[in-house]
Amino acid sequence: MATPDFSLAELMIVAASEAWRDNGEVLASGLGIIPRLGASLAKVTHSPELLMTDSEAFLVEEPIPVGPRGNYEPKYSGYMPFERVFDCVWHGRRHAMVGPTQIDRWAQSNLSVVGDYSKPKVAMLGVRGLPGNSINHLNSFFVPMHSKRVFVEGEVDMVSGVGFKPERWSDLMRRDFMGIGVTVTNLCVMDFAGLDNAARVVSLHPGVSFEMVQENTGFPLLKAEELGETPHPTAEQLDIIARLDPHNLRSKQLKGDPRGIRKPEEVEL
Amino acid sequence: MNKQMTSAQVVAELRDGMTIGFGGWGPRRKPMAIVREILRSDVKDLTVVAYGGPEVGMLAAAGKIRKLIFGFATLDAIPLEPYFRKARQAGTLDVMELDEGLFQWGLKAAGMRVPFLPARAGLATDVLTHNPELKTIRSPYDDGEELLAMPALNLDVAFVHVNRADRLGNTLVTGHDVYFDQHVARAADKCFVSAEVVEEKLELTKATARFNTFERSLVTGVVEAPLGAHPTSCGPEYGWDMTHLKEYSDGAREDSGWATYVEKYVRCNEDEYRERNGGAEKISALPLPIF
Repeated sequence: MATPDFSLAELMIVAASEAWRDNGEVLASGLGIIPRLGASLAKVTHSPELLMTDSEAFLVEEPIPVGPRGNYEPKYSGYMPFERVFDCVWHGRRHAMVGPTQIDRWAQSNLSVVGDYSKPKVAMLGVRGLPGNSINHLNSFFVPMHSKRVFVEGEVDMVSGVGFKPERWSDLMRRDFMGIGVTVTNLCVMDFAGLDNAARVVSLHPGVSFEMVQENTGFPLLKAEELGETPHPTAEQLDIIARLDPHNLRSKQLKGDPRGIRKPEEVEL
Repeated sequence: MNKQMTSAQVVAELRDGMTIGFGGWGPRRKPMAIVREILRSDVKDLTVVAYGGPEVGMLAAAGKIRKLIFGFATLDAIPLEPYFRKARQAGTLDVMELDEGLFQWGLKAAGMRVPFLPARAGLATDVLTHNPELKTIRSPYDDGEELLAMPALNLDVAFVHVNRADRLGNTLVTGHDVYFDQHVARAADKCFVSAEVVEEKLELTKATARFNTFERSLVTGVVEAPLGAHPTSCGPEYGWDMTHLKEYSDGAREDSGWATYVEKYVRCNEDEYRERNGGAEKISALPLPIF
């Protein structure tokens, strides 16, 4: 069978969808177009048991296409306003994929400020729900531009989401509800499943070498034993993605909308 | 019983240094007609408590905020609230930055009249580092778990915008999400509600009565404010005004931006405000955002 042509965004959507495999009946929250399409693809294909919302206040069993809906009529199955999302967070049956501004070697994340806290160089959104999400349920990360600015050398400037840095925890705090899933970037898929939760590269996108990833990461990375190439989207997955994203918003998520299969010299860093 | 007031009467109740909370969420169903009235007043040194949208940026730009208690400030479609960002980066804003859920817990503790509620959110993060007033406690039970004791966020005054209200203080929120307004209302000594429509007395069916999310005994005053959430959204009636929000946001890049905004959209009455935004008909027809 001929390999279908696909974009890097589509490869990342498929990689993101794997984050929610075998999670059970959790609320799948993909924040941003690629994570949301990833969650939707997971529900349509391998994990129909996932709970999903219309990104506003209602539960749906059929993921809602992103962007203007035309004649599409959402089919609602329940109600999930913000307050109930909070209930889900604290109860733990949720897996979110978020895009923090910084991530460190301990999987701590930052969505608040870059620079000095009292007079930041850049003030972003604020910690939002990151402290509560990160300590209560599984979280994955989405990084559209893999760089040392995101994967910082030291600790993130403002720890908004918890990680595995022992000094941040007391023995009496419960750490067993937290978990870090995968990190999907424009170069690779990573996890924090090495020894002592060290970051590992699990798969490399076509044309990307481990060395390229390491050079653009502020902390040392391990190679997962099973390190290979990130699985390519199948024709069926591409059809579903096109249906879930009829306006091709996915083409606007990554700078230059790169092709999925790139030669090393075509990989933009 | 008639709790109807004007927004000027409501704002006259504010005193310098008060802690005030806002209902709504980001650019959604914010009591903006009242915010504009606060901007017209000389009240200052406020502690503002909000799931922040443009009310936070505007009050910051006007120099009225002494301290901001928040989980985020955003215009959604424009992710970064421009004047919040400006004030934050200038280092002029004293902040208590909280997890969204902790924020809810603080309001709930206030509404329950307890000093704190326990939570895990915030532990092992810089929310604790930067808020030394937040303490942890140890569970008195066998588990002995260490938890964050989220203190009550007691409000002097709360402002909430709703779809319908009556002169008695009964309210209906008919949008898809009621957000956390019931907690904001209950956390406050006085809650003033602005409403798209104020009726003599709501006469509801069982089905519509369910859109009432907090009882009138929490409501001190009711202000009729048609299109009073503009430029934020007020589902199911109208969406946020992207043109207006963009103009507001773009202005933040210029030194005179805020003064220009005030001249155009604050130094006027609400009738003129609606006219300057294309008129009531146009605002009513603003499409609801698609998520």
